[in-house]
Amino acid sequence: MVPETLTDTAAGEAAAVHGDDHHQPRGILRWLLTTNHKEIGTLYMLLSLLMFFVGGTMALIVRAELFQPGMTFVVPEFFNQMTTMHGLIMVFGAIMPAFVGLANWLIPVQIGAPDMALPRLNNFSFWLLPVAFTILLSTLFMEGGGPNFGWTFYAPLSTTYAPPSTSFFILGMHLAGISSILGAINIIATILNLRTPKMRLMDMPLFVWTWLITAFLLIAVMPVLAGVITMMLLDINFGTSFFNAAGGGDPVLFQHLFWFFGHPEVYIMILPAFGIISAIVPTFARKRLFGYASMVYATASIALLSFVVWAHHMFTVGLPLTAQLFFMYSTMLIAVPTGVKVFNWIATLFRGSITFDLPMLFALAFIVQFTIGGLSGVMLAIAPADFQYHDTYFVVAHFHYVLVPGAVFAILAAAYYWLPKWTGVYPNVKLGQAHFWLSVIGVNLTFFPMHFSGLAGMPRRIPDYALQFADFNMLSSIGGFLFGISQLLFVAVVILCIRRKGEKAPPQAWEGAEGLEWQLPSPAPLHTFDTPPEFIPERDSPSRH
Amino acid sequence: MNSQQQQTNQNVARTVRRTLVALLLMVGFTLALIPLYDVFCEVTGLNGKTADTAQVVGGQSVDTSRRIEVQFVTRTSPGLPWQLEAEKKTVWVHPGEVTLARFTFSNTGTERNSGRAVPSISPSEGARHFRKMECFCFQEQWLEAGEQSEMPLVFQVDPGLPQGVNKLTLAYTLYPQGQVIGGAL
Repeated sequence: MVPETLTDTAAGEAAAVHGDDHHQPRGILRWLLTTNHKEIGTLYMLLSLLMFFVGGTMALIVRAELFQPGMTFVVPEFFNQMTTMHGLIMVFGAIMPAFVGLANWLIPVQIGAPDMALPRLNNFSFWLLPVAFTILLSTLFMEGGGPNFGWTFYAPLSTTYAPPSTSFFILGMHLAGISSILGAINIIATILNLRTPKMRLMDMPLFVWTWLITAFLLIAVMPVLAGVITMMLLDINFGTSFFNAAGGGDPVLFQHLFWFFGHPEVYIMILPAFGIISAIVPTFARKRLFGYASMVYATASIALLSFVVWAHHMFTVGLPLTAQLFFMYSTMLIAVPTGVKVFNWIATLFRGSITFDLPMLFALAFIVQFTIGGLSGVMLAIAPADFQYHDTYFVVAHFHYVLVPGAVFAILAAAYYWLPKWTGVYPNVKLGQAHFWLSVIGVNLTFFPMHFSGLAGMPRRIPDYALQFADFNMLSSIGGFLFGISQLLFVAVVILCIRRKGEKAPPQAWEGAEGLEWQLPSPAPLHTFDTPPEFIPERDSPSRH
Repeated sequence: MNSQQQQTNQNVARTVRRTLVALLLMVGFTLALIPLYDVFCEVTGLNGKTADTAQVVGGQSVDTSRRIEVQFVTRTSPGLPWQLEAEKKTVWVHPGEVTLARFTFSNTGTERNSGRAVPSISPSEGARHFRKMECFCFQEQWLEAGEQSEMPLVFQVDPGLPQGVNKLTLAYTLYPQGQVIGGAL
């Protein structure tokens, strides 16, 4: 049963536990000054949802322009700003903060900690982000427009030929990067030190494991991003020539540095998703997760391999044959640990008592769709074939399949899974199912035809295209609007949950759910586990036989 | 604060110190990558860059059994009203042979200004084996408005050029001197 101390009052009215802050600030100050991991987690996720719609609107502007061939809707300069900002906002503003928000909410309650290890730093990490994205979005209104060089901001497009607002873009990226680094330090400190007594690392829920590894990736590569954008800043404003061939620099160096950050970055956006799916699938299959240890080792292998595959993004820059072979094989090697994960999920499902509750629908769709994205990744890894696919819509199809039907679906699955814990009520099933089916249809209608337009040779980042691609593009645009608009259903679901409209959830909201967070009442009170809970190895933990 | 909490706080502080050290190491690694990349490219020639000072004639004998096609490609970056033309677009040389090629710079603008041609060899395997005894690319050029100037390139293809390479493309890009600032750090 739930200990007495845990049946605390609801959020915002919680009795102050620390002796010195009896007067909790109210209104806006409460959110500005909060050091509570649950409130900060909520802030992260709400910001992420907002950015998801901002970035999504940009995507719809792109799709509206591409609905028909010809220059129909926006001018090319603005089109370029939209593709660039869409990528930047979705990567740094929507997906990453969503995972950090989930980490904030879930890691302490999954390991039995009272809060994150460094609560004030946590507040600072979050509030850097609205500032960063305000700066980034403000560039759209500056003279010369916002960033227009693609989310990968290759030099010299982003230096010699960049709009004057680029220094603001760099400042915004620096702030977002610092926020990520501080968040990662906090997560590592929490996981390594605040686990409830007797919980070993190999007892942790996989979401915690995947985040621990992701946090190390962030620590390793965010300084590289910071270094690259600082060199851009120096090249633009101080006359250095890091990436300027005229001054003895090398634009290809930019690509090496960028992708040394960029490839681990794409795994930063998918590893926590693996953790989420590994929590949801056993719950609704009512079976123990197949191969817990292999899941941990596969995650770690993917993380390590991510450091030696970066040049597969640059097969066409003129790499020597040996380098192309090395990066081709190392990239294909990643399919092995990723395959281990997919097979483990399938083995978990095998002969399980499966129910198709909302989180499970999204989790199953994730497994199928992420695998499609993974397979097109293996195709792109083949260096000689990549010369054909490079910079075409095939690449766009590939990374959208791993990020939207992949990472975004995992985030949605997580939201549906833990909303009862966060708000105390179940998400509305009818709305949720409509959201799921419209999303699945919309997302596949958007991105599947892109494989074909890409293989047929349609280049990415163009506002106009040859007539032969017209049908595929029209399908993609219809799908894009369907997917985009159906996300409003998700907002409706979340608002209903926040207003406590719906079926009340018990502490263990899902029949097959196990783990410390399900021992807490729903909604979880503001302060939990002030005294470490007794650790009982849950179903998936190897400690339980 | 009881002793257990104190212990936890100390542990957290230790983890934070260690992650900060890891962070600083990665910052250092990033900074080190710049010179490392240059050294790596200089040793392997992977970025197609040739030496930026004159080299002496290699003493190797001429290998008449091989003929290498050397192509010259020129382009001018925007912002400089200059033209660069190679006298011959293609020359055939034997490895070890010292060859002279002539290039013509012309300023089609209305002002005296300066520019510099930056070379690049592809395939990059050839960069280390393309030796220049004399090249206009070692220094900047000044041209009066409307002036034309002929400049020499004296080069030698090293007999050590890998067997699979039979064609080298030397690309010169003309940059306005304003864009050319020192070397990379």
